[in-house]
Amino acid sequence: MADVAAPAYRIIPIIPALKPGAMEGKGPFVANEKINEALGFPGKMAENWQETHDAVIAKMGELLGKYRSLKVYMDACVHCGACSDKCHYFIGTQDPKNMPVARQDLMRSVYRRYFTLPGKLFPALVGARDLTREVLDEWYNYFNQCSECRRCSVFCPYGIDTAEVTMAAREILDSVGYGQKYSNEIIGKVHKIGNNLGLPAPALIDTLEGLEEDVKDATGIDVRFPIDVKGAEVLLITPSADFFAEPHIDSLIGYAKVFHATGTSWTLSSMSSEAGNFGMFIGNYDQLRTIAMRIRQAALELGVKRIVVGECGHAWRVAYSFWNTLTGVGDGADANDRFAQMLQKQLDHRYKQPAHICEFTWDMIQDERLSFDKSKNDKHIITFHDSCNVARGSRMGDFAGGQFEIPRNIIKAVANNYVEMRDGTTREQTFCCGGGGGLLTDDLMDLRVKGALPRMEVLQQVVDGHGVNFMATICAICKAQFTKVMPIYGFDRRMVGGVHQLVSNAIILGDK
Amino acid sequence: MSLLFAILFYAATLLFVVGLFQRIRTYANTPAPLKIPTTPAPITTGGVVLRMTREVVFFESLFKANLWTWAMSIMFHGSLLLVALRHLRYFTDPVWGWVAMIQPFGTYAGFTMLAGLGGLWARRLFVERIRYISTLSDHLMLVLLMGIAASGLMMKFITHTDVVAVKGFFLGWLHLSIQPLPAEAILAFHLLSVVALLAIFPFSKLLHAPGIFFSPTRNQTDNPREKRHLSAWAAKMESEN
Repeated sequence: MADVAAPAYRIIPIIPALKPGAMEGKGPFVANEKINEALGFPGKMAENWQETHDAVIAKMGELLGKYRSLKVYMDACVHCGACSDKCHYFIGTQDPKNMPVARQDLMRSVYRRYFTLPGKLFPALVGARDLTREVLDEWYNYFNQCSECRRCSVFCPYGIDTAEVTMAAREILDSVGYGQKYSNEIIGKVHKIGNNLGLPAPALIDTLEGLEEDVKDATGIDVRFPIDVKGAEVLLITPSADFFAEPHIDSLIGYAKVFHATGTSWTLSSMSSEAGNFGMFIGNYDQLRTIAMRIRQAALELGVKRIVVGECGHAWRVAYSFWNTLTGVGDGADANDRFAQMLQKQLDHRYKQPAHICEFTWDMIQDERLSFDKSKNDKHIITFHDSCNVARGSRMGDFAGGQFEIPRNIIKAVANNYVEMRDGTTREQTFCCGGGGGLLTDDLMDLRVKGALPRMEVLQQVVDGHGVNFMATICAICKAQFTKVMPIYGFDRRMVGGVHQLVSNAIILGDK
Repeated sequence: MSLLFAILFYAATLLFVVGLFQRIRTYANTPAPLKIPTTPAPITTGGVVLRMTREVVFFESLFKANLWTWAMSIMFHGSLLLVALRHLRYFTDPVWGWVAMIQPFGTYAGFTMLAGLGGLWARRLFVERIRYISTLSDHLMLVLLMGIAASGLMMKFITHTDVVAVKGFFLGWLHLSIQPLPAEAILAFHLLSVVALLAIFPFSKLLHAPGIFFSPTRNQTDNPREKRHLSAWAAKMESEN
């Protein structure tokens, strides 16, 4: 940590000069045999390079046949450079291989060589490369410098999404035993224990009991934190950081208070106590699906009518965009789709399935079932950081862009002082916190600090201009990343918190 | 020479049509297993059509990304369209009314096409990060297009090719009857460049033209909660349960 320094702010929005090779290196820690084998991947790379080489090309061919996104994106790029100054990692590190187009070309150069005619005939002309061990190492290094935040896809004239290419690269790397330690270890924990942090059920129950006491001490009111309650109306699925990390836990208390104040019966599940799904980060459909299936199973066993997801960015993307596909949590399955119908018949379709906790709370606010003392948040001058996976990969409410409006509406309903950050860095153009996509690991601290640069610059502007002292966000990774990285930029780590932390501060409980 | 050009054009056209068709078929047949529209995305099919139209006609995303690149690309693509339509007069007899009407616009579009391409190439040559991401073929393709535009303009304004004969050749070509083509170096260069462009189209980055219509981040409806979206290979996993 000591050797990590924050880069200097730019005069916005100057595009940095290139520093080729700035982030060359070995990449994050490689997953060991035990970790890989637990997920069904080869323990390590084959001794014989030719074997790995052939396996990589075969896997690439397989993915090109399974994913239209990859197939089209390998062909369609014209190197126009629209994305070239859009990635927070490029801005922060100045390494040209962190320009989305260049990152993708690490794979595209191999694609051209093995899958296109000009690449086979005239490799030098079209920038095609043989797959060598060095190329694969380069993949490992640079595809682990992408947080899959999709900011580049907003600006690409063809909608080319680097996240899709990164996911494919990571899946290929995993398939030959060259996986990343942090993500694969976490996936192992969720399979084995039920959540990413490895909190066993007794510890979880203990934590929740402690929370009930804390809230009772603070408010004098018995707010429950129920777990494994059969027949509850709502199943809450939240990132496991919410159970113990600061400031995440304050949002968990907020959710509980909202359920309490509206008289909603709810429950957590000890078997499925995690919303995060790192299967997406490694691009592996099977892992993505297996992890999501736990939620289906919990919902069926507990017999709940609604499924609500807590403050977690990529979890909400997976829940909103993929759960219906993966597990049937949602609506609109064919009548003969027995797998999905089994669950969809149980769910109450007067409500969105699944719903985000912000949708839940905002509905309750609109129905006037919650009341607030906004002055309780007067010590805060608040801004909102749109989390990348919510902003660009999911929605809330009934209208396009609901994911931007609803959290802001909640903040304005519970607090008096709200300031917006500079245009072009919020909503669908938001910058990633710098720690998403399976990069929230200490061995990537240098990258994380540099990746946070654009957000820090803009935050500094509202701090200087408006005295902002609280940045609300709805993502566990944003919260964890910012609390660690912001002190390096000279901010107080307590500036970061959840939207439901603000709800929790202002909500009036009582007998209503 | 007339016979050679006729054969080249038949071959290139065949390559273009078959190659492109085959490529589009591959895109269409490759499944899109997950919903991945980049939001805020339209929640209805009509909205998707509107979004795609804005992308294809106005280059909406590029406009958001970089005003200079947008301006030069719009200038190039718009001009190319006008120029191409203007050339319909070589393939129709009598010339359709609207084709006759756009002739002057199409002529001057040759200049704006050249200017747009020149701007795009200058960007590739002089902007550090764009130079970094450019391959040799990126440069060559711009040179090829600039060559086509420049040689076309030269024939119009400097050397004055016998356009009646050229039209005779292409009308004949359409009906499989080979007519004489004026023996001029500049015309030969112009036509050879067009043959090259047709031939490389299905094997190059020019596939961005059909590709955009198949880009899931742009062509998908944002309704995953309302409608279950399942690809065939993913559905098989459920029967295995």
